[in-house]
Amino acid sequence: MAGHNDEFQRLDARIFTPSFFVLLALTLIGFFLVGVRYVKGIGAVTNLSDGFPWGIWITYDVATGTAIACGGYAVAILVYIRNHMRYHPMIRSAVLTSMFGYGLAGASVMIDLGRPWNSYNFFLPSRWQGNSVMLEVALCVMAYSMVLAIEFLPALLSAMENSDWGPFQNFVNWLHPRLVSDRESLNTGKEWMRSAAAKIRPRLDKALIFIIALGITLPTMHQSSLGSMLLIASTKLHPLWHTAFLPLLFLINCIYIGYSIAILESIISSYAFNRPFEVRELSGLAGIVPWLSVIWLSVVVGDLVWRGQLHAALSLDFYSRFFLAEFLLVAVGSMILFNKRMRRTPRWLFVSAALIVLGGALYRFNVYLIGFDPGKGWRYFPSLAELMITVGIVSFEILGYQVLVKLLPVLPRMARRGSHARERGARLAGDAT
Amino acid sequence: MRRQSRRDFLKSVAVAGAGVLSCGAAAASSGPGKVNNEELGLLYDATRCVGCKACMASCKRVNAASGSLAYEHADWDKDELWDAPQDLSGSTRTVIKLYKESPTRWSYVQSSCMHCQKPACVSVCPVGAMTKDKTTGIVEYDKNACIGCRYCQVACSFTIPRFQWEKTIPQIVKCDLCKNTNLAQKGIPACAETCPAGALTFGKRKDLLADARQRLKESPDRYVNRIYGETEGGGTNHLYLAAYPFEKLGLPDLPPEAPAEFSEKIQHTIYKGFMAPVALYGTLCFVAVKNMKKQDTDEHPEKDAGKRRDE
Repeated sequence: MAGHNDEFQRLDARIFTPSFFVLLALTLIGFFLVGVRYVKGIGAVTNLSDGFPWGIWITYDVATGTAIACGGYAVAILVYIRNHMRYHPMIRSAVLTSMFGYGLAGASVMIDLGRPWNSYNFFLPSRWQGNSVMLEVALCVMAYSMVLAIEFLPALLSAMENSDWGPFQNFVNWLHPRLVSDRESLNTGKEWMRSAAAKIRPRLDKALIFIIALGITLPTMHQSSLGSMLLIASTKLHPLWHTAFLPLLFLINCIYIGYSIAILESIISSYAFNRPFEVRELSGLAGIVPWLSVIWLSVVVGDLVWRGQLHAALSLDFYSRFFLAEFLLVAVGSMILFNKRMRRTPRWLFVSAALIVLGGALYRFNVYLIGFDPGKGWRYFPSLAELMITVGIVSFEILGYQVLVKLLPVLPRMARRGSHARERGARLAGDAT
Repeated sequence: MRRQSRRDFLKSVAVAGAGVLSCGAAAASSGPGKVNNEELGLLYDATRCVGCKACMASCKRVNAASGSLAYEHADWDKDELWDAPQDLSGSTRTVIKLYKESPTRWSYVQSSCMHCQKPACVSVCPVGAMTKDKTTGIVEYDKNACIGCRYCQVACSFTIPRFQWEKTIPQIVKCDLCKNTNLAQKGIPACAETCPAGALTFGKRKDLLADARQRLKESPDRYVNRIYGETEGGGTNHLYLAAYPFEKLGLPDLPPEAPAEFSEKIQHTIYKGFMAPVALYGTLCFVAVKNMKKQDTDEHPEKDAGKRRDE
């Protein structure tokens, strides 16, 4: 096996598990409803209205989903900017989740757009309207999705290089026996793929660090802009959340969500795939999270005091309760993580990271949906079909992750790390993702 | 070593925070934008409106082709003889509503696009489907550019732009002062042309304001002493006079600064000349490359095996 690859490994397990079929069923239901939406219009499947033109799709799939997909961003900052190379083994799975998260956020935007056939306008600079926050978000998110794909490429290339293409051959066999009769050309084809991958990878490795820097710049831009999006709704967004600090709050929010989700994801996949917990790496990550969330909480409180809205936060009405829920989830999660001993147990890591992700996500829900009040008479709660489309998209994401970690070297290699460490120094610079 | 790096990390976060903080402060300190009184608009006098809804009918008749403004039939009417839109919608650009305080005290109120001086819908549209004409000030919608993101709906303080939710190929629908229909042919929007009671006056904003002030002066006890739209939300070209507080007529109480002023200032401060993102990218590249080089040079195999991975 080539030296480049041994920090990561493929998970050796069956692909067609019971959970595979459950997720597949949910995905198919979601896709069917997407079909209905395209035939009958958005009104046929959603509870959206002129007062609530954005519902669960924008709030969850885009505004919250991309924050949850910030694992790749957060871990990249830690590894390449803070220079903590010991977190490097976590990066491929983080980037893979990010890729799915952003890809599917993009896909659900295409479901939500009323006139998607006009979206080519995003690629025509003559049509750009420079004042629009959404234009900035859209361009950044598209660019970042490309960047994520490039960042993930090394995993794909090394798999192509080292694979014997057995499953592929079986598949071709199954597809049509006649296709393999020309065994020789098939073998040359495989050889060609292998050598092409071997040629591209070192070249990619050299340029990759500049792509990674771009992969940190772009989320910094569009995550803060996701907060700027609601600045314009000055009369509709409840004063608890409408503040000039929205961009800053969204930026910090996505970073602590990013680390927390990297922790959750690692614990869940360790549990699900029956691998040892990466407690050492995780407790390191978990040491950063509370500091970030405490900064975030202080900005929130300081801003409320400055704008004289503290009474609104404590009035215990509908909005205040959602605000307090968001605040307490993040605060309690952070408090647990400040405790060094709890930080080293998978159970408490899981609980606290889950609390912080929930609280951070609730913040985005509050800004985009719950704190949004277009005036008397407007009401919104997502329809079943609308929810099922979102569930379908999330299922597809988990399904894809589950399958890809079994096909490509994504997860950190678990055994014999010490003996491999010898070679790692030399190749750290090269093997970026 | 961990402690040290955590402090560095916090420091960098604090610096980034201070940057955005100062942006926020800068944005909060400036005033509203300039108003152009040469633009075209409407003056609606609620005390003159008799609620005949002729404006609604003529609006639909005149604009039927351009905005596919189908007539709406009331749910309870099996014969489909009534055209009874209850609110603005994907097939209604203007609507007359009734505010009833008591059996003897009531007022009609018209609802349609306010044609803001600084429209939020124009400010947020990513592809320029909403535009404001430089000379006439008319806020217009272009279905050939629109991607249907509905950000204009989120942004509008008056909840004016409507979406055709039930259609497979939907559009945003809102008043454009008959720009390509009645205004182009007869020089006046259909609603103002049709109004039999003189409740809707069409003209330049400065003339409408002068007219409104004149009416307020002549019969002060007939009106609430205020011209709605003069300053609200940065000023609108659709102005209102009424006998009841405007909030009761469904018109929101807005500060004089346009919401778009506020949001654009923050966004433009962050992205001025694209300097901040470029500087960020440059710094990140520099730091990342330096870290890579350091990894390369100071990681000799013997040292590395012990330090890096000791499990």
